[in-house]
Amino acid sequence: MQSSNGRPRGGGTENPADSQERHTPSAFGAPEGTRYDDPWYDALASGWGESAGDVTVAAVPPARPVPDEVATADVYLSVQRSAAFQEVRSRYRRFVIPAVAGFLTWYFGYVVAATTAPGIMARRVVGAVNVAMLAGLGQFLSTFLLTWAYVRHARLRRDRAALELRWDTQELARGARGGVS
Amino acid sequence: MTGNHQSLALLLFSAFVAVTLGITTWVSRNRRGSAEEFYAGGRLFSPMENGFAIAGDYMSAASFLGISGLIALYGYDGLLYSVGFLVAWLVVLFLVAELVRNCGRFTLADVVAARMRERPVRIAAGTSSVTVSVLYLVAQMVGAGSLVALLLGRTGEAAQAWTVIGVGALMVVYVSLGGMRATTWIQIVKAVLLLGGTVALTVLVLVRFHGDFDRLLLAAADRSGHGAAFLAPGLKYGGDWTARFDFISLGLALVLGTAGLPHILSRFYTVPTARAARRSVVWSIGLIGGFYLMTIVLGFGAAAIVGPDTVRQSNAAGNTAVPLLALDLGGGANSTGGTVLFAVVAAVAFATILAVVAGITLASSASVAHDLYASLRRRRRTPRSEVAVARVAAIGIGVVAIALGLLARDLNVAFLVGLAFAVAASANLPVLLYSLFWRGFTTRGAVWAVYGGLVPALLLVALSPVVSGSPESLFPGVDFQYFPLRNPGLLSIPLGFLAGWLGTVTSAEIPDEAKHAETEVRSLTGAGAV
Repeated sequence: MQSSNGRPRGGGTENPADSQERHTPSAFGAPEGTRYDDPWYDALASGWGESAGDVTVAAVPPARPVPDEVATADVYLSVQRSAAFQEVRSRYRRFVIPAVAGFLTWYFGYVVAATTAPGIMARRVVGAVNVAMLAGLGQFLSTFLLTWAYVRHARLRRDRAALELRWDTQELARGARGGVS
Repeated sequence: MTGNHQSLALLLFSAFVAVTLGITTWVSRNRRGSAEEFYAGGRLFSPMENGFAIAGDYMSAASFLGISGLIALYGYDGLLYSVGFLVAWLVVLFLVAELVRNCGRFTLADVVAARMRERPVRIAAGTSSVTVSVLYLVAQMVGAGSLVALLLGRTGEAAQAWTVIGVGALMVVYVSLGGMRATTWIQIVKAVLLLGGTVALTVLVLVRFHGDFDRLLLAAADRSGHGAAFLAPGLKYGGDWTARFDFISLGLALVLGTAGLPHILSRFYTVPTARAARRSVVWSIGLIGGFYLMTIVLGFGAAAIVGPDTVRQSNAAGNTAVPLLALDLGGGANSTGGTVLFAVVAAVAFATILAVVAGITLASSASVAHDLYASLRRRRRTPRSEVAVARVAAIGIGVVAIALGLLARDLNVAFLVGLAFAVAASANLPVLLYSLFWRGFTTRGAVWAVYGGLVPALLLVALSPVVSGSPESLFPGVDFQYFPLRNPGLLSIPLGFLAGWLGTVTSAEIPDEAKHAETEVRSLTGAGAV
């Protein structure tokens, strides 16, 4: 952890025997152990209209297909190629890409309409409230709804798998470094 | 404005300064001053605390006074700002907050440098971060100066200058003595004060109209003299096509700029995990969204109760709409209620400025010490000495901001904020998104993305009507205006993305598969995060 961006680097390949020897549960030991505490990681709750059973559907296969003696760099490559990680990544992208495209289109549509078509925006709907007012409040509403949807998606579909991947990756990386982290 | 307002406002403001200085001393006792402690407050804030601090960092006096004032003067067009400022948080939540928390340590450059050759990338990202921060700082300093003039009735140049110097000195004290821990608590206190004040005023406005928003709108439209046009877009940005494109440009900068603001990015490092970062963004979206909804009520309330003409007489830009509204809601200029409410609003506005400048100063001193100094000076240094550099950098940035704040005294605050957002969106966002999501991104691409956004953004401003060629520009005497828009975002943001792509496809460097894998795995899982 001494490099300036905090990335553990190097020292991997030269001593596979040592790495194998040290890569035991006890190597989780003292100084690193605290890193496993995640004070804000509370239990996965099921969201509205979703039974707790859905959580099990979201489970992904474990990521431990890799032998012990791999270099640190290879650890990340092998995790990246694992089915578990690809599943987490595609779940993230499948939500985020359409959502970003959606709200950016909606926002720029709103800005362009407000600047180029004030006539339509000024049309009255209810009382003093016109289309522009409804569109503006709609932007607030869609922001709140998308925030809620994203958080729920992340909590139910990504968090558990990502956390397991994190521990697996760190364990593999420690093994690859010969437990000297 | 009578002496009563001023003395009570000064009293409340002094109380706030005393409390914040107390916080600074209290949190900095028995601290050894590690980098972790100074830049990230030990990374142990809870999501709720950080959410309030983010809201406190983001809701500047420009929002509180500026947007309500714009609504009071121009009706619906002021609301367009609030929408942009809020929707921007979706970009932060979806694409930036968690991934940056997982990959970086203290600054934006950490995320990019993890994949690239460190030195050029750090210098580039550090330079653009400091530029954005200084622009934003100058905006806040100018705001502080004019606020004093407006609220305390001292229009003298000397009073303004001393306010700018005083604010600068206080922010240097907060940051260099208290670091991130003190800054965070000051922002939390400020967010609570600001939201409390806003809620109180909103409730009073709604009570005045018996909870009928429709009646409030009709009264505002009636009083404005524009009728129904006051409630529709077009009064401010509806003129010629230049004005319209200018607004679209501003809208682009607002929505994409937030995710590139260094002082917002650095806030995600103060919580222990990416999940906590996500939850703090949710808190801040709730708080900021609620706040902007209330500024709409305050703006239309000021138009309906005070009236645009009175507001304009007090300050042509509308910055005094909310204080005047408070005076009226409390019972008028000579009542106790009016005096108290006015003083509270003035004190809250000061507190807002102090908290925002502290956050920006801290972020930019981190960029100077952690990115620029660390890359430019290759001598042996321990983390301890980096913190010492950061403290000195805070003083240096304070001096620069004071000097520029005094020079730019007459520039429009909202314009300066829009400019800072445009530069952040052009120089910081492309490089950040490319390094998080593009497998083939290279060092040259990263460097080009930063300078390819930063240089056009600054150059276009220099060639815009803001600097020369019109009566209200910085140098009205000369004319080298070649770019019609006041906000450069429409052109400079695409240029930033384009330069990053161009630099990448033209470089001979083969992108490092393993480092990309590391960034991707770390960003999505949090493996190896500090």
